[in-house]
Amino acid sequence: MLKKLSKTSRRDYITYGIVIAFYLIVQLFKVTGLLSSHMEGLLVPLTYYSLAAVSLNLTVGILGELSLGHAGFMCIGAFSASLFSVYTKGLLPGGLRFFIALLIGTILAAIFGFLIGIPVLRLKGDYLAIVTLAFGEIIKNILAAVYFGYDEAGLHISFKSFQLQGEGKMLINGAMGIQGTPTDSNFTIAVILLLLALVIIQHLIGSRDGRAIMSIRDNRIAAESVGINITKYKMLAFTISAAIAGSAGVLFSHNTSTLTATSTYFGYNVSIMILVYVVLGGIGNIRGSIIATTILYALPELLRGLNTYRMLIYSIVLIAIMLFNWAPKAIEWRKKNLSSIKGRFAK
Amino acid sequence: MMNFLTYLINGISLGSIYAIIALGYTMVYGIAKMLNFAHGDVIMIGGYLIYIFASSLGLNPVLSIVIAMAGCTCLGIVTEKIAYKPLRNATSNLAVLITAIGVSYFLQNFALLVFGANPKAFTSVVSWEGISLAGDELKIQGVTIVTIVVSLIILLVLQLFINKTRSGQAMLAVSEDKGAATLMGIDVNKTISLTFAIGSGLAAIAGALLCSAYPTITPYTGAMPGIKAFVAAVLGGIGSIPGAMIGGLLLGVVEILSKRYISTQLADAIVFGILIIILLVKPTGLLGKNIQEKV
Amino acid sequence: MALLQVDNLSISFGGLRAVDDFNLTIEKGELYGLIGPNGAGKTTVFNLLTGVYQPNEGLITLDGQNITGKSTIEINQCGIARTFQNIRLFKDLSVIDNVKVGLHNQYHYSFMDTMLRTGKYRRTEKEITEKACALLEVFGLQDEKDFLSSNLPYGKQRKLEIARALATNPKLLLLDEPAAGMNPNETGELMDTIAFVRKNFDMTILLIEHDMKLVSGICEKLTVLNFGRVLCQGKTSDVLNNPEVITAYLGE
Repeated sequence: MLKKLSKTSRRDYITYGIVIAFYLIVQLFKVTGLLSSHMEGLLVPLTYYSLAAVSLNLTVGILGELSLGHAGFMCIGAFSASLFSVYTKGLLPGGLRFFIALLIGTILAAIFGFLIGIPVLRLKGDYLAIVTLAFGEIIKNILAAVYFGYDEAGLHISFKSFQLQGEGKMLINGAMGIQGTPTDSNFTIAVILLLLALVIIQHLIGSRDGRAIMSIRDNRIAAESVGINITKYKMLAFTISAAIAGSAGVLFSHNTSTLTATSTYFGYNVSIMILVYVVLGGIGNIRGSIIATTILYALPELLRGLNTYRMLIYSIVLIAIMLFNWAPKAIEWRKKNLSSIKGRFAK
Repeated sequence: MMNFLTYLINGISLGSIYAIIALGYTMVYGIAKMLNFAHGDVIMIGGYLIYIFASSLGLNPVLSIVIAMAGCTCLGIVTEKIAYKPLRNATSNLAVLITAIGVSYFLQNFALLVFGANPKAFTSVVSWEGISLAGDELKIQGVTIVTIVVSLIILLVLQLFINKTRSGQAMLAVSEDKGAATLMGIDVNKTISLTFAIGSGLAAIAGALLCSAYPTITPYTGAMPGIKAFVAAVLGGIGSIPGAMIGGLLLGVVEILSKRYISTQLADAIVFGILIIILLVKPTGLLGKNIQEKV
Repeated sequence: MALLQVDNLSISFGGLRAVDDFNLTIEKGELYGLIGPNGAGKTTVFNLLTGVYQPNEGLITLDGQNITGKSTIEINQCGIARTFQNIRLFKDLSVIDNVKVGLHNQYHYSFMDTMLRTGKYRRTEKEITEKACALLEVFGLQDEKDFLSSNLPYGKQRKLEIARALATNPKLLLLDEPAAGMNPNETGELMDTIAFVRKNFDMTILLIEHDMKLVSGICEKLTVLNFGRVLCQGKTSDVLNNPEVITAYLGE
């Protein structure tokens, strides 16, 4: 069967529309008081995980390389932006401060993405995956071990705890991390950032650069044969992806006042959790990443009544969905049994 | 100097555990071409089984390990059948990776439900005190010696099994080319099952040794050693059995020495750093084969 | 001056000389065939010409420019485009996007134009689309332009690969077994297409082929390769009647 591709631009607008509609519905719930404070607290995390998922989908789905280290880029964005915000608290007005912090976090994550990309993108497949995981863990471990502060004698950085002399401040306090980041991010800012990231990624996909990136994914040798600069476009995609993950990290760190580089927030299991969102939403399907993140992030929360069983149920649902979606036999079965209502369910 | 020797021996011991886990990883990867993220959690299940039988019921440690091996072997075969086999010919190899992650979540949360989040005290399966050398200057724990000896035996037996038996040869054939192996009359499904069985059985032994050396167990005990063993397998050249051994030992020694001489918090960072450096110099690991894509 | 001049080209893989002292001269506008038994080193020659392999010895000159040792990407930009024996399309891209990737280096706009979708972006993309459509039309693929390329039937996939190669605006087009796996009808159609491309694009073509009907039907000159060495070179009719060639093909 021949499959027709939908028009790209219409697809883009539908994605923006879904995000905006979701935002408006949430606002409506908020105004009418239907939104519990617990649910409200989930909104910003939901958005930064969506951001992280679309960023990872750029690497996994569009560039076609498996990264397990995106939590590391989030970690860089979170720490660098928080450092700035803590340092300038009281010196700059909130809005401007967050804007600059966002720029710093995003750009620094991009720089790290670029630097890490140089060696990593030479590797292939699972080797690339494990090295990105390694980089992510290194970033997390270093930021969990470092002490950074300033006093009258100047700036101090060390892996050992130290005393400040006179007037000064501890900015990163080892495993205690950064305390007192102003909670500058909110749902509105988060959604704007998500829309911005969507514009960047979808515009990229619809351009000659995007086509070049996807051609490398589909067939590297053929891409070279038509003169596509493989290294350049791999680096471009990976750097943008890292930058967006960094911006997700900035949102994260400005949502709570305490920031620590622990495994719960920045370990490889976070990268893996985001990868689960990406794969379930559809590899290369940007809109799918957001929808999958929203559902999967909300799912364990909705199952909260079942308490101890919820993560067990979640894992079973995850395995079942994967088997249903990907097993060749299941695909065959779906084709046969759902042919009458084809186009609605069978993808 | 004596301190250094002690650390070195401890490193070799930890490395031996990594090596046993990495052997399972590397065999499964070689044959099923999948990153089995749940492998570390099989270790944890093995540890809990021994905890039930040896620590709680007071059964003979060796018998407990045998029971745990049987349990983990079944677990390995069943998960392969249910969760991985249906996805063997899926269009993306990410599918089976995500399923393995699902299995990992499942095992962790199952253990969490049954045993709770609090660490359980694990009675070492090795009651031997160990030996003292150089006039009590150099003490080596019994579990340390047992671990090293056991891993050497496993390596030898595994090498013999793969090179001398029909099943072992079938494994090599399947890892080279599934299609050709089928044509030669090899039962691919059975061979893959066998590989998972061996890998999981080894994981139970690793669980016993790991929990004896670091005598507590939680639902997350297996996760990090699992990842590090995978790093060891990649470092040695994935698919290579001697490679897994070398990778595991190297990792264990580096980890223990970094903890003692550099920094406890940075030890893992150093371990991962070494992986990166080695892969950059030799992109397929120390003993890995380099295969170029044909144009 | 010849368009392509290859002198004393050699490459060894682990002691085996896959291509040995290979010489070739192709004039502008020629349709040239490279034939030989399986394993003779024909595809290796293509891989050497396109920089996939670097030769141990020898010199490759394209239109007066020494391209020996250049990368695949540079050689494509110098003017050699190719197709592959085992089709290598961008399988998850649409048919038209495959050709657009081929047009990558013909049209330029900046990253900022991409992000802001400026007038320049829209104008250039429109030009790219028009050019790609025109190319697809040559190969009769215009109706399938929005299909996923992997969903095309086999014969059309081969054509799309040629269209994509032509999109890079080459001086020399290398076709690696374009008729492989085609039925006689499709081969006949392909011969027309190749002839059409040569005439309308003013193209010089070097092709590897086993189908003797196609070779004798459209190639003007032939080089026969056997065990990595040139066995015979010259006009198609002369080469095909050469007793040595007949022996190499049919055996003693």
